[in-house]
Amino acid sequence: MTAMAIFRSRTWLSRSFSSLSSHPLRVCVVGSGPAGMYTAEKMLKAHQGAEVDIIDRLPTPFGLVRSGVAPDHPETKIVTNQFSRVAQNDRCSFFGNVTLGSSISLSELRNLYDVVVLAYGAESDRALGIPGEDLSGIYSAREFVWWYNGHPDCRNLSPDLKNTDTAVILGQGNVALDVARILLRPTEELATTDIACHALAALEQSSIRKVYLVGRRGPAQAACTAKELREILGTKKVQIHIKEEDLHKSPEDEEELKNSRIRKRVYELLSKAATTGPSLPSSGQRELHFVFFRKPDSFSESAEYPGHVSGVHLEKTVLKGVGSGKQIAVGSGQFEDIECGMVLKSVGYKSVPVPSLPFDHKNGVVPNAGGRVMSDTSGDPELIEQGLYVCGWLKRGPTGIIGTNLHCAEETVASISHDLEHGLIASPSTSTKPGREGLLQLLDDRNVRAVPFSGWEKIDCEERKLGSLKGKPRVKLGSWEDLLKVAV
Amino acid sequence: MSMLEAAHEHDIELEGKDDSADFLLIFLRACEGSLACSTCHVIVMDVDYYNKLEDPTDEENDMLDLAFGLTETSRLGCQVIASPELDGMRLAIPSATRNFAVDGYVPKPH
Repeated sequence: MTAMAIFRSRTWLSRSFSSLSSHPLRVCVVGSGPAGMYTAEKMLKAHQGAEVDIIDRLPTPFGLVRSGVAPDHPETKIVTNQFSRVAQNDRCSFFGNVTLGSSISLSELRNLYDVVVLAYGAESDRALGIPGEDLSGIYSAREFVWWYNGHPDCRNLSPDLKNTDTAVILGQGNVALDVARILLRPTEELATTDIACHALAALEQSSIRKVYLVGRRGPAQAACTAKELREILGTKKVQIHIKEEDLHKSPEDEEELKNSRIRKRVYELLSKAATTGPSLPSSGQRELHFVFFRKPDSFSESAEYPGHVSGVHLEKTVLKGVGSGKQIAVGSGQFEDIECGMVLKSVGYKSVPVPSLPFDHKNGVVPNAGGRVMSDTSGDPELIEQGLYVCGWLKRGPTGIIGTNLHCAEETVASISHDLEHGLIASPSTSTKPGREGLLQLLDDRNVRAVPFSGWEKIDCEERKLGSLKGKPRVKLGSWEDLLKVAV
Repeated sequence: MSMLEAAHEHDIELEGKDDSADFLLIFLRACEGSLACSTCHVIVMDVDYYNKLEDPTDEENDMLDLAFGLTETSRLGCQVIASPELDGMRLAIPSATRNFAVDGYVPKPH
């Protein structure tokens, strides 16, 4: 499994599968988040004759690194330095403000490029499918995160943080912890981050003092990871509430924990927090409650505020083993309610298909084999879509961290390289695909104003300038208009 | 100076199978040493050398939780500080491509 490593002085290794041809391998990557950028980086490196174009529907690159990573986690955003170097490579061009499905179709893209890699992630949400889900005051965590991160599509979300003292978050993954932390952190601490100004203003006026993180299963199954849990348990002026009886471990739980270092360390943190919990509530303190073994059954509507949520009706669960060490939550028929004026659903993102793209609706991903897009979900190896690949959440589902995409991109690029070598993709020397020139012509014909990487650099410069006036690393330009105005 | 910085500054390339040579230097320093990722994950080949290192902090362990191909002697390269007593230490990098190619098995961090 491991490669032996010996320190030596550098010798340059050059690899090319198209060294005989002066016609470059034309590659288009759709999406400039971690999956797209790692793919572009590896394609440029593995194929010295490749020209890589990266398109993104936003004028700004970097996907969730910009719009998902919490404002109080700036170290996690450092990876954009590496991604910038990729975009600045001579053989790479970034085209922002270009949307697959409206600016250009998938078929058109496949006609322009030898290789197309779809890495556009998951911009929708899993639905709970329970009564009351449409009430106002109920948002997906994705929307809320985009709102506080200044994403132009959510600038008008205007969540009402003043009508209630309680927010319920469904889910206990890292995204759930992020939104809980942003709701509970002293706003003075948020003021010096790149949090969107409209969000900071709303949080400063927020009356929310209690946040519930509700999971269907127990502490041994909580989906968050140690770093994030450790951080939220240490939030200033927040009392942590965890019921000791929830920490009881069954033999199946013990087995699960034994097999997973991540789960074991998370369980230990929760266990420690429960036993050193607050003995008396002290006034003025905010509260964070970890609620286990509860699944949402329905949402209640407020009498005073019609159309708005007033509570979550929860069913108690018990765990049932379903083989291979996995346990699922099953309803017990007993119910209880938590009153609240806001609900954030953090139960998973979902990818969005585009016309003529094979899609597995059950799993919310594009059917693929090692990143090669399959024509359907049958698994028949004959049904490969030539020249079409996927990477990132669109390929694997919405799980993992930024670094997970490194390995994901490696697999996809290995498939592409293999296919090139074996003539399964048209060889660049015989290909007539116009690539970048064709894309530029098409966009021009349609009056689509693509934003080059230098346009993003102007946005970046402006945001940092605005930030320096306010003691923040940047002030994000929050509207499509402002972004496009500055970019061109 | 950490192993990561030493390799980077002295333009040293780690040679190995696949492309792992360039990995550590170019690809695997996403957070540039701020303990916010696990891309510089290295495996200390000899347990004697592993034992000479100071125990990882909670923060390093949190990141190791998520590292691809974690082993009993895994550390983050950015946290392994060079010193004379570590002379001769050999470090390896988990090779992702081989695992995917062999049987599709994706190792879970343990």
